[in-house]
Amino acid sequence: MIGQDLLGIEGVERDRIELILETAEHMQEIGNRDVKKVPALRGRTVVNLFFEPSTRTQTSFEIAGKRLAADVVNFSSSSSSLTKAESLLDTAKTLDAMDPDVVVVRHKVAGVPQRIADVLDAPVINAGDGAHEHPTQALLDMLTVFQAKGRIEGLSVAIIGDIAHSRVARSNIYGFTKLGAEVRVAGPPTMLPPHVDSLGVKAYTSLREVLDGVDVVMALRIQNERLGGGIFPSVREYSSTFGLDRAKLRFARPDAIVMHPGPVNRGVELSHDLADHRPSVILDQVRNGVALRMALLYLIAGRAFPQDRE
Amino acid sequence: MGGLEGSAVAPDGDAPSERIVLDDTRIRRALMRIAHEIVESNADLGPLYLVAIPNGGVPLARRLAGNLEALAGCRPQLGIMDTTLYRDDLAIRGTRPRLRTTEMPSSVDQGVVILVEDVVSTGRTIRAAMDALMDFGRPRSVRVMALVDRGHRELPIKIDYVGKNIPTQPGESVEFRAKLTGESEEELLEVVVHSLDTPSGDLGSEDRAGELA
Repeated sequence: MIGQDLLGIEGVERDRIELILETAEHMQEIGNRDVKKVPALRGRTVVNLFFEPSTRTQTSFEIAGKRLAADVVNFSSSSSSLTKAESLLDTAKTLDAMDPDVVVVRHKVAGVPQRIADVLDAPVINAGDGAHEHPTQALLDMLTVFQAKGRIEGLSVAIIGDIAHSRVARSNIYGFTKLGAEVRVAGPPTMLPPHVDSLGVKAYTSLREVLDGVDVVMALRIQNERLGGGIFPSVREYSSTFGLDRAKLRFARPDAIVMHPGPVNRGVELSHDLADHRPSVILDQVRNGVALRMALLYLIAGRAFPQDRE
Repeated sequence: MGGLEGSAVAPDGDAPSERIVLDDTRIRRALMRIAHEIVESNADLGPLYLVAIPNGGVPLARRLAGNLEALAGCRPQLGIMDTTLYRDDLAIRGTRPRLRTTEMPSSVDQGVVILVEDVVSTGRTIRAAMDALMDFGRPRSVRVMALVDRGHRELPIKIDYVGKNIPTQPGESVEFRAKLTGESEEELLEVVVHSLDTPSGDLGSEDRAGELA
């Protein structure tokens, strides 16, 4: 995988996903050491190119790179000054001249990581682009589920929230179905994409029905900027219909786990109690994010030798 | 053994061949002799810490630990330490080796560490292992045990406890195998030499299986 981009889960084969998860499981051990650093990427440079603010994902990539002894450079920029295609590609070319080994890109517009990958020599990892994909979030979610349940094949996963505008949902739908799980989605009708069944998932508009017998419940963050845009009338209505608490969780399997990509709007997607306590595994997701990104950087960082290009 | 231990490309036209140079019985005897040597050279076995380099070192370290317990009545600490992320060829290879297990149950501070490896050749895996070990603490001393020393050292690495010296020709590779036997779940160990049949340049067969293209 050296030198290959990771732009979305859609184009990644199952055996590659399994290799990434297996490598991440080994990386977890490093996080438990006194000295949390190995020299695998010594002399490599990882550039975090974040056009959209993100504390969590950016920090997670930064820690991951540093634990592998790479030099990590953060290049954050307000998206407003870089909305023109010219300036975006100029930025990419400027970066390329600095010889990075991996470039991690987040942008509010779908497809930007692909555009940047087209002009860069270095491999590009998509850290979230618009409503398109967020592959590293999906991979860490798969790792979290695999470790909580011991398998992914045959599980039922319910994703609840603004499915239509969620890159986390899209990447997770691709990932979990590739690994043999059944994926269901639920949300207000305005938040369900029109042809969601073409992705191999079943759509529900009732929380009770979508939760029936599921092993994993994934609540999505409700984006505040969507409020008042005609998508749903009020936070109160959303939370009373689709917000999760312990009482509603009883419709799921007794051993179901609760996930959230963070940050949680407490009292909206999840009750305070569920946000903080088992069966929610939100902090496991964060912890696994570092190991997962270490695995990706290990597998991807570096220039492929000409003879190794596929 | 790790892929650092090289074997060269075979000339065309030679038929593949394989001969067993150590069978399970002889490996048992070698490990018993080594246990005696360890007891002889260490007055106090308390701080002894066997650190196996996967995959081959693991079954060897288990047997050695059992032998030491039988001889001295004191079972040494046993750990497993993958050296992959410390390899010196990660920057120049076009592929990434698959990671293996690391399980170090306690710090190696003040420990008398014996690194346990199946086959040592260039010494590069042992160099990587010493670097990895220092990330787990500051051992009092570090020794190396290898079931097979096949020569061709590229670094100043000395083996303290050797099962057998097997000088090899360029083109020959040495493979350590552990397989489970039927019901008893007893591991059967053996070492074979492959002659002039290894198709690819720089990897042992076991490592090639884990290759990430």
